[in-house]
Amino acid sequence: MASPHATAQPVLELTGIGKEFGAIRALHDVDMKVYPGEVVGLMGDNGAGKSTLVKIIAGNFPPSHGEMRFDGNAVHFYRPVDARAVGIEVVYQDLALADNLTAAANVFLGRELKRKIGPFAFLDHRAMAARALELFGELRSETRPHDLVKQMSGGQRQAIAIARTRLSNAKLVMMDEPTAAISVRQVEQVLSLIHRLKEQGVAVMLISHRMPDVFAVCDRVVVMRRGEKRADKPIADTSAEEVTALITGAKEAA
Amino acid sequence: MALPMESPISFTNVGRSRWWQRGVFASQTAYVTLALAVLLIVMHFASPFFFTEGNMQNVAKNFSFIAIATLGVTFVIITGGIDLSVGSMMCFSAMITSMVMTGLSTPGMPGASLFVHLAADGKTVVANVPGLILVVSVLAGLGVALIVGLVNGFCIAMLGLSPFVTTLGMLSIVRGLGYVVSNGRGSFPGGPDADYFYALTSGDVLGVPMPFIYLVILALLMAVVLHHTTFGRHVFALGGNEKAAELTGISVVRVKIEVYVICALAAGLQGIIICGWLGSAPANMATSYELTVIAAAVIGGANLAGGIGGPLGAIVGCVLLEVIRNGLVLAQVSSYWQQTLVGVIIILAVLVDRIRSRML
Repeated sequence: MASPHATAQPVLELTGIGKEFGAIRALHDVDMKVYPGEVVGLMGDNGAGKSTLVKIIAGNFPPSHGEMRFDGNAVHFYRPVDARAVGIEVVYQDLALADNLTAAANVFLGRELKRKIGPFAFLDHRAMAARALELFGELRSETRPHDLVKQMSGGQRQAIAIARTRLSNAKLVMMDEPTAAISVRQVEQVLSLIHRLKEQGVAVMLISHRMPDVFAVCDRVVVMRRGEKRADKPIADTSAEEVTALITGAKEAA
Repeated sequence: MALPMESPISFTNVGRSRWWQRGVFASQTAYVTLALAVLLIVMHFASPFFFTEGNMQNVAKNFSFIAIATLGVTFVIITGGIDLSVGSMMCFSAMITSMVMTGLSTPGMPGASLFVHLAADGKTVVANVPGLILVVSVLAGLGVALIVGLVNGFCIAMLGLSPFVTTLGMLSIVRGLGYVVSNGRGSFPGGPDADYFYALTSGDVLGVPMPFIYLVILALLMAVVLHHTTFGRHVFALGGNEKAAELTGISVVRVKIEVYVICALAAGLQGIIICGWLGSAPANMATSYELTVIAAAVIGGANLAGGIGGPLGAIVGCVLLEVIRNGLVLAQVSSYWQQTLVGVIIILAVLVDRIRSRML
């Protein structure tokens, strides 16, 4: 797959991104581009800098060095809300769900639909439940909007977290280990959802330890090791063996 | 690879809980309400005086004296916090209200000339605008509560101090301030507006005590706020998973400050009402009420771990405590037993809930 995007504008462009926590250099001089409709796998061992990179893009903390451009514009995120505002949605590994609330309430957490009655705004329970049911349908998840998250399976929880990213017209969806804690059938569902996002021109960044998942859906794989980017190549030009070697350091760079 | 992705969605795989396993029915509040109903029936047969109009008025009034503060602390408990400064807050607000009322009604005190003048006989104090002193003094009492709530919220939400330690400190600070401003003597509401004050705090409308009316209005308001507004949704989200609330863009700091302000205001209002009933605000008023208030909330089903609670539970908890107190008096049991029994009930209520959630 030779770069089909040579002329297109990348949705996300990182230049020389670095991050230090005190004396620890978590990330060093990372350059990266992600194009619309592209699925990029981000791989690396624990402590390789994946999470730090994801957190910078998601706006959890700003980078110490480097520049981030989104849709061609330089961006600076200080809070996750800032990243969401430009069109970056994140599915966190722990899914960020409130157990004591219903599925619909969780999908709309932080962006509840409201109905005005006089000067007061009240939650529009019906509209939220209807939209949530629609989204669960798209994800082919058997999840009832009014059920409490407390009683749900791993797959249902995953569906809720992913349904959140579909509320707005996100341009980049980052998924942190979306297939780590769910059943085989649910993995298929998540992967097919990634395909669906891709078809709609949404860029997806998949952070995963599972080699088969990355090779099943990704167009490109980026390998991190010791805070640096060691490889960035089309999936067609590499193999599971090579990626494993890059992750473990058996092969320095590609 | 190809799974039947396009098959219609059925919910065959997902069990549906029955109506009695969901919502209010599956909560500790429901069980405690049931226990309360049983207790009322038992009381009816145990004492012929229990269901008399006078006694019912007594019960309604007495539990209203802690229930408004319980509503406030329930907000805090739902977010997973705690407020121990409730009792001191009641006292301090009551004290400020009565001191301001007396001060503004004393000709010669700074600013008093704006509010009162002496009648022709040179002795009787007459208000310039009837009711104005009352409004100003109640606002003063609530104003100090607002400040205390803001300080609590600031320390907890912005500085990240633990709610327990912050409000334990505030308990002592506010109580101390109460002794300082009154020189340890307490204060009395007085002046031309005192009659209005007593009518609004310890009077009744068609036999219904005023505090009970306030309680019902505030409880309904709280139910709407908790379940039908964004703020209420965020209060629950904070108690369920604070990290998730933060990540989904909820302003955690703001919601936290707001709940501590609500709690302090509720306590302040409660103190002002008690002051009207007592006819004074002694410096040791409402000592250790914070424990009664928190106990009532917990008995009613608020979970100290956060995420669960509501106005119905708060009220049911208060009623239960009051009915037991009242029942022990009617049964001529030594009132010293009351505290012991309250402790047993707290543990029982939580235990029953634990057993129930294990069984489901």
